[in-house]
Amino acid sequence: MRRIAAFTTNPIAIAMIAMLAISGCASKKAPNSAADLGLNANNATPGSSQDFTLNVGDRIFFDTDSSVIRADAQQTLAKQAQWLNRYPNYKITVEGHADERGTREYNIALGARRAAATRDYLAAQGVPASRMRTISYGKEKPVALCDDISCQTQNRRAVTVLGGQGS
Amino acid sequence: MKSILKSLIVALAIAGAALPAMMTSARAQLEIDVNKGTIEPLPIAVTDFLSGNALGAEITGIITADLKRSGLFAPIDRAAFIEKISNPDAAPRFEDWKVINAQALVTGRVTEEADGRLRAEFRLWDTFGGQQLAGEQFFATKSNSRRVAHIIADSIYERLTGEKGYFDTRIVFVDESGPRNARKKRLAIMDQDGANLRYLSDGREIELTPRFSPIRQEITYMSYPTSGAQPSVYLLQIETGQREALGGSSGMSFSPRFSPDGQRVILSLENSGVSNLFTMDLRNRQMTRLTTGNAIDTSPSYSPDGSQIVFTSDRAGSEQIYVMGADGSNPNRISFGGGKYSTPVWSPRGDLVAFTKQTGGEFQIGVMRPDGSGERILSTGNLQEGPTWAPNGRVIMFFRQEPGSGGPKLFSIDLTGRNEQQIPTPNFASDPAWSPLRE
Repeated sequence: MRRIAAFTTNPIAIAMIAMLAISGCASKKAPNSAADLGLNANNATPGSSQDFTLNVGDRIFFDTDSSVIRADAQQTLAKQAQWLNRYPNYKITVEGHADERGTREYNIALGARRAAATRDYLAAQGVPASRMRTISYGKEKPVALCDDISCQTQNRRAVTVLGGQGS
Repeated sequence: MKSILKSLIVALAIAGAALPAMMTSARAQLEIDVNKGTIEPLPIAVTDFLSGNALGAEITGIITADLKRSGLFAPIDRAAFIEKISNPDAAPRFEDWKVINAQALVTGRVTEEADGRLRAEFRLWDTFGGQQLAGEQFFATKSNSRRVAHIIADSIYERLTGEKGYFDTRIVFVDESGPRNARKKRLAIMDQDGANLRYLSDGREIELTPRFSPIRQEITYMSYPTSGAQPSVYLLQIETGQREALGGSSGMSFSPRFSPDGQRVILSLENSGVSNLFTMDLRNRQMTRLTTGNAIDTSPSYSPDGSQIVFTSDRAGSEQIYVMGADGSNPNRISFGGGKYSTPVWSPRGDLVAFTKQTGGEFQIGVMRPDGSGERILSTGNLQEGPTWAPNGRVIMFFRQEPGSGGPKLFSIDLTGRNEQQIPTPNFASDPAWSPLRE
């Protein structure tokens, strides 16, 4: 089994890989060069997508089969809402994802439920619904690429992507 | 592409070859009971079809492979054959076949007609009964030579098992290539034995859950538009490539399947995280709601008579299987075996529902009766799902990802839980859907 250990243990790398893999067409501002990977939190331009990803955190995680926003996720979403309210020009797409340990069709629905719960939480924190849209990828776009069950915790996620088409 | 229907003609049965009276009087006892607990594969000799070229041996090879893969037949190595068939119209020397324990014998011929069509004939013999069991001839265009072989294999299967065959069928599935975190997932179609693979799209979009129309050369499936718009259910004409979105709502539509009459597509529509079941009438594009509530209702499948629908719902907490009337009435949970149940698919015979079950960290493919009784697990593995039925209701195909393999492959298994076979595909493959028998 090939394990991409460096990617799965470094949270910044995970974020970058996800941006590269997922948001290619949704966000023109996504970091997409090797130099971007060397960025640290201190020199990300305030208000940039790097700033959002590195200093706020673009994703939250869920328990198995759950769309409940956990306490740690609530903190992340509160920071996201604060940031989004400070930079009101961004529209966002909330992507819902599921881990592999479920059937394809159910996971598509589960990802939609997670995305909706995330959007609703952000809306309750003052982010206008008109700036947000949701999409579910089910289990079709995993970020943690190992078969181990512990890996799946990173795949059960909702990712807030800047520059998505507002609905 | 010209319809195969028009170019493939099933001719009348060939008259029995002239046999000594004492042989023809023997009552045929040669039959495989497919419902027995254990099946001893029937030894069968499939001789090379006579032809002036390589086609005869090719057709024989396809027939032999079909019969072998079914698990019900044990084709005998041709090296053991004693009699060399020189006239497939004449009775063989039965003794020569009995001595190598060939209980059934297939002889045949393939020739080219003046108009360029192929003419294929075969005879099926009961060697111990000393008589002909079947004889048919077919005409086909040259490009359909594989189909002719499958049709002959179906005919042999049906004559010897009493059940319809399933060899002249196709599989539509999701071809998966590229790295796991950026995988290309596109529709492909192939014969049930993996031959004649053809891609149905260029792979720019993620395409999932294809299902065959029961009446047309048409597929319904789900796709993610490259525009980033909501994923939606589509219809695709297999021959022309013409496609059309069926969604029509602001949310996502997914998990489509045809009604048995092919006039409707049942699907899930999602709105604010809630997924309910709807039908779309393909004649007038009217959408009708079947379920309400705040749960996830998905993976719907009709009973073959169209009167009931089996589906997955987590309305009671975890994923379970429910059956309701085709109008959405009287939903009843039928899965109570402990664990999560999903992707129910009604058997074409109506007697069983195949499903995916998750229990103890493993995935199982199983069947139960539509009232929930008689649950039977056919296969257990790390990650496997998505059963689809052969049109005769005897074989189930599904997809499985072995740990460390990097991706899923297709497998078939007999309803008895035996004879598991991997289906050859060039890349990783998922979401198989078995076509009806071709016409």
